[in-house]
Amino acid sequence: MHPTELDAEAAVAAQIKGGLWRTLRGNWAVVTGGSVLALLALVALAAPWLGTVDPTLFDPASRDLLPGAIGEITNLDGETIAHKFLMGSDGFGRDIYSRVIYGTRVSLIVGAAVALVSLFFGVSCGLAAGYIRWLDGVLMRVMDGVMAIPGILIAIALVALWKASLVTVIIAIAIPEIPRVTRLVRSLVLSIREEPYVEAAVSLGTRTLKIMFGHILPNTMAPLIVQGTYICASAILVEAILSFLGVGLPTDTPTWGNIMAEGRVQFNDFPHNVFFPGVFLALTVLAINMLGDGLRDTLDPRMSKRI
Amino acid sequence: MFTFLARRLAATIPVLLIVAVLVFLMLRLTPGDPAVIIAGDAANPEQVAQIRAGLGLDRSIVVQFGIWFGNLLSGNLGESYYFKMTVVELIAHRIEPTLALSLFTIVLSVLVSVPLGVLAAWRQGGWLDRALMGFSVLGFSVPVFVLGYILIYIVSLKLGWLPVQGYVRFADGFWPFIRHLILPSITLSVIYIALIARVTRAAVTETLAEDYIRTARAKGLPEARVVIHHALANAAVPIVTVIGIGIALLIGGVVVTETVYAIPGLGRLTVDAVLARDFPTIQGVILFFSFAYVLINLLVDLSYLFFDPRIRY
Repeated sequence: MHPTELDAEAAVAAQIKGGLWRTLRGNWAVVTGGSVLALLALVALAAPWLGTVDPTLFDPASRDLLPGAIGEITNLDGETIAHKFLMGSDGFGRDIYSRVIYGTRVSLIVGAAVALVSLFFGVSCGLAAGYIRWLDGVLMRVMDGVMAIPGILIAIALVALWKASLVTVIIAIAIPEIPRVTRLVRSLVLSIREEPYVEAAVSLGTRTLKIMFGHILPNTMAPLIVQGTYICASAILVEAILSFLGVGLPTDTPTWGNIMAEGRVQFNDFPHNVFFPGVFLALTVLAINMLGDGLRDTLDPRMSKRI
Repeated sequence: MFTFLARRLAATIPVLLIVAVLVFLMLRLTPGDPAVIIAGDAANPEQVAQIRAGLGLDRSIVVQFGIWFGNLLSGNLGESYYFKMTVVELIAHRIEPTLALSLFTIVLSVLVSVPLGVLAAWRQGGWLDRALMGFSVLGFSVPVFVLGYILIYIVSLKLGWLPVQGYVRFADGFWPFIRHLILPSITLSVIYIALIARVTRAAVTETLAEDYIRTARAKGLPEARVVIHHALANAAVPIVTVIGIGIALLIGGVVVTETVYAIPGLGRLTVDAVLARDFPTIQGVILFFSFAYVLINLLVDLSYLFFDPRIRY
């Protein structure tokens, strides 16, 4: 290792001791990405109070409106009310703005859930492979096999086999992510178990399970958090792709991919039906990726040296 | 050399085998009668009975896999009842656009990203470096289809420079063939460029800090020669590695790009097969893409011998 790198690490370690929160606040990528993400989460939670209507409502009289046009919409009680279509309407007369705002919910839920599911299974498999020697070979060969199949194809095929619902979409997107987490955790475990404090614990007769969860797992946290944000970003993209291709969540569910899939048909005349959800999608993924890069630089300086 | 080849092949075969097992299990672990699922909506009861007998569904799962794998080895990927032809014929029909699009994209990406990455590493911290790092974060974040539609909107609809969508076979004219591939290749290459440029930058930065670079500069070699012959040449292994790994990204992108640009290739076939729930085709395409991915990475491994003569296995 290069001497300056050691200094940098010592400096970062000192900084982290002095207050992790302060270090994170000092990183502009964490602050920018985190703020945008927090704002989006707020939008998702407050969706009903942001001037939206039920995103599945449609009105034949309000089809194909341009952004900003005033039209009418019939609510579930059968009343017809005037409504301003901030982002226009689609071919069924649904309010794009409401659908985009509600779509934030689906994207964030899928992103977070996929990250958690794949981290959970990846950590379990990685700990097992790194610690139980006889399992290592078999498990890692299976993981190699899964990694050889392009992730999107696995997701598409699984969603096609099971009926698409929120749960199946989340699992289908999470499965191809598991091998990467497994590999990461396994390599971390293999290096951490050589550390003096683990050897000390072993020689003191600490039980294997306690070593795994008490000594090794906490030290894998920083890279796992970073990996988790990247998985979240990619899961949001994959969910949008599945919806866009027409194999994701049912088409009346307001997801950004579904809005774009419908907008695709009339793209030449009404490009905004593709652009508005597209901008939200790109912004969300960008914010999460920035947050991930910032976290990587602050939490895991060794990894940031590598790429 | 020969032992290296043999060892790499020996490592590749288990991966291919596991891919085959996984693709086989995908259908068997799903509730429902595999024969009915494979037949899809387009087959009649006699065909279902025929499929059931052909799969050996009344026998153990190991025997079933044996039958299926035997067919696979003899080049029989089954029959698509939806498209009314064998899966192998189907793939052969649809492969040209995908191959053309992928090759265009790879060549374009490498031509753009490697020089950019080298320049960014050479003037680290400069405006190009920062612009490139910003672009690469953006490139990872803007979805392929959003980018595709932005390009269609500006270049084809507003400026009218290139055709909006579709594909023209190579045999039907060289220029129309090229013109239809320009926008899809650019769309698909952005994420790939971001990836390769980032790794090139990191790898060249590392080699530029080596002692032999200082030596080369000290003996008065022109800077271009130092950067290209000494720094880039020694950074080649990680760069070709990421080009190989990035193929997975490319395959995912092909599925989306072919849908955006209405290109009748394997990516579009995958989506059509899923929408029609045509499982022999889905299995066939997944196997095809995965095998291609594994074999390309085998070639990448072999190329280490050329790029880094120190490697002797």
